Amino acid sequence: MEDEAFTDICGKPISLDCQSHSSFCREFIISSPKVSMGKVMVYTCSVWLLAYAVFFFTQNTAVLSGAILVTLVGMMLHIHFVKVDHESLLVIGSLGIQVSSSYASGREITTFIEMSKIKDIVINEAIYMHQIIYYLCVLLKDPSEPDAVSSVVPLFQSSKPRLNCLVKVYKSCQEILSKCQ
Amino acid sequence: MVLKIFFPQCCNRAESGLLVGRWISGHDSAVVLAVIHYPFIPGQVKQYIQQSGVELTVLGSWSLPKEGQESMESFLRDLSTIFPQQRWLQVSRQMGKMGFICEVVNRNQKTQQEAKKQNDDEEEEKVIFVHYEQRKVMLSQLHPTESGDPDLDTEPPSELKQVFQTVARSQPLFFLDRYDDGPLKSTHWQSEGREASIIVELLKQASVPLCVLISWLLALWTWLCSIRIFSLYPLRFLSSKLSTCVQISYRTEHMRTLSSPKPAIEHKQFMRKGNILVSFLVDVGLGVLLMSWLYRDDHIATLANMLMPAADHVAKELEELLQWLMGAPAGLKMNRALDQVLGRFFLYHIHLWISYIHLMSPFIEGILWYGGLSACLGLTFALSLLSDMVALLTFHIYCFYVYGARLYCLKIYGLSSLWRLFRGKKWNVLRQRVDSCSYDVDQRYINAIHYFVCLFLTPGSRCVVQLRLVVVLFQGVLHLSVDFINSFPLFAMGLRLFRPYRLAEGVKFQVLCEEPGTALHLLMEINPLKCSTVVQLYRTPTYSCYPRDSWAALVKKLFVGELIYPWRHKSTKVD
Repeated sequence: MEDEAFTDICGKPISLDCQSHSSFCREFIISSPKVSMGKVMVYTCSVWLLAYAVFFFTQNTAVLSGAILVTLVGMMLHIHFVKVDHESLLVIGSLGIQVSSSYASGREITTFIEMSKIKDIVINEAIYMHQIIYYLCVLLKDPSEPDAVSSVVPLFQSSKPRLNCLVKVYKSCQEILSKCQ
Repeated sequence: MVLKIFFPQCCNRAESGLLVGRWISGHDSAVVLAVIHYPFIPGQVKQYIQQSGVELTVLGSWSLPKEGQESMESFLRDLSTIFPQQRWLQVSRQMGKMGFICEVVNRNQKTQQEAKKQNDDEEEEKVIFVHYEQRKVMLSQLHPTESGDPDLDTEPPSELKQVFQTVARSQPLFFLDRYDDGPLKSTHWQSEGREASIIVELLKQASVPLCVLISWLLALWTWLCSIRIFSLYPLRFLSSKLSTCVQISYRTEHMRTLSSPKPAIEHKQFMRKGNILVSFLVDVGLGVLLMSWLYRDDHIATLANMLMPAADHVAKELEELLQWLMGAPAGLKMNRALDQVLGRFFLYHIHLWISYIHLMSPFIEGILWYGGLSACLGLTFALSLLSDMVALLTFHIYCFYVYGARLYCLKIYGLSSLWRLFRGKKWNVLRQRVDSCSYDVDQRYINAIHYFVCLFLTPGSRCVVQLRLVVVLFQGVLHLSVDFINSFPLFAMGLRLFRPYRLAEGVKFQVLCEEPGTALHLLMEINPLKCSTVVQLYRTPTYSCYPRDSWAALVKKLFVGELIYPWRHKSTKVD
């Protein structure tokens, strides 16, 4: 279990957890920062102040209850669909790669890619407006055409770690892939 | 290379015995299907494997020594000589410990030992145990499913697909349980006794005579429909336009699919049958509900009494609108002659329609009463009948629309070409695009006059088009709900919600707690399909495909579609 100080491309701190279950099975978990209480308070207070101002002019209590409902529903939707708690990559030699992201509400989305469909794991460069971003991705191939790349699956989309973190994960993955592909 | 062994969870605590299953070709993996316990006679085991009808081989031995039993190491190794295999797996487990220990014995023992002496680390075969739940994997269907045509499958199926297929095809193996008086005792997920549901069995028995009855009724109905008198031109044209007749023919097709005596072999056929049956039952249920509401408390009489004043009200509104248009609407001075002609024409139509409605008024209640009976065939029938009645009653609006729209489209066409003239452009018929062109001063002058004349003639026709839009919207809503009830895959959604493992998109792995020195243990769970994918895959195709974006296209067509129309006549007009 290693825990160094990594940051994502925006500068927010993230943490990387590497677990080695076996010589050919490793798991990498990148956790994003949790929901900050300050932000929640700011949003809630602003929505309620606005609602109170509207109530002051219209004297309609439905506005207040509407604001409370909107805040609650908005928060639930945010933690269930938007806020990613951690993303993990499980590499099992000669079986495949499993990519999963868990949201703050506990919901998990998992995808498993079989080894026969994987060509390689690489770090790719992308130019996005004024930035150059590095991201880790899995190159997929069609089993009938082993030389062509059929599609690209980017990893760690929500956490967006920086190059130093990616290099660590990349080296670990390549050790397994080179042995067991 | 890493050896993968797919081990069923039900056999985790099985007594010592032989492992039977199948090796997956092309990949270094084996699927264990059952454990055959001691004592057994090897000849009987071989016979059983050959006769079971399932592709089986003996994979190796399993030992879980109970208290007091000494380990049978040598006995187990001797078994490998009785069942000669390329590779022999010796899996053992200690009570109280979670991990399994696996030794792989290759056929040529000597080479194994020699190689071991040379490089110790490399030849040591690594083993992964993947635990799976046999019942769920057997019932599950991995998507994307294969099409029925084997010629289309050029690539060999993937490892996971082969695993799922192996378990699914080994169903005959699971019919032998612990309480059978056969020569062999085995452990698999049904070994505690075969599971079945009485209701399902009863339904299966009842479905055979029911299918015969339905197919007989269908034959009768088809014979009726094919009577020569129905294939005369006007009736055939009418029946293709009326949505009730279309719905009847659609449901007849469904009944034919359902009542076929052959059971569905392929997964897609099975799902289709299930969807048709469930949506038909829900349809009939909703229809009966509607009927029970309609015939209670004299609702029909109330509805009939509401209809007459509503029709009068609509006619009065239309007359007022026309009078307003014939005058000076919104202060615009329009061409008096044209407006008078159109206005009088439409007023006469309205007068005809109102007289027709008054003539029908004593029969309305009777029509509603008998029409309501059609709801027992399903809610979709009632809705299509309603839609047809609305279409018939608002026929006059349709007439106005046709007349008005023709004039409207001519005006819009003229307006658009004159507008292009204003900007100095021209429609190029050859290239089907707008090109620039230079005009003289007098050409531009005449153009300006024509343009403003046309501009002030348009508002009248626009109102009629808008009225038609209201009717079309209402009919559209009815059609959409009929379509929704017809095509929504209720059976597939129910299966996804209550038995999510049956429709699998993929699998997920979880690393089980490991002890040092043992192999890696993974738990394989089924990842169910997303709900949106279920709806997309299993939608029953309907007769009218209403894709989502055709609503926007429909509205656009009504307002601007008069613009699209003239493009068709482009080749006849010279600009």
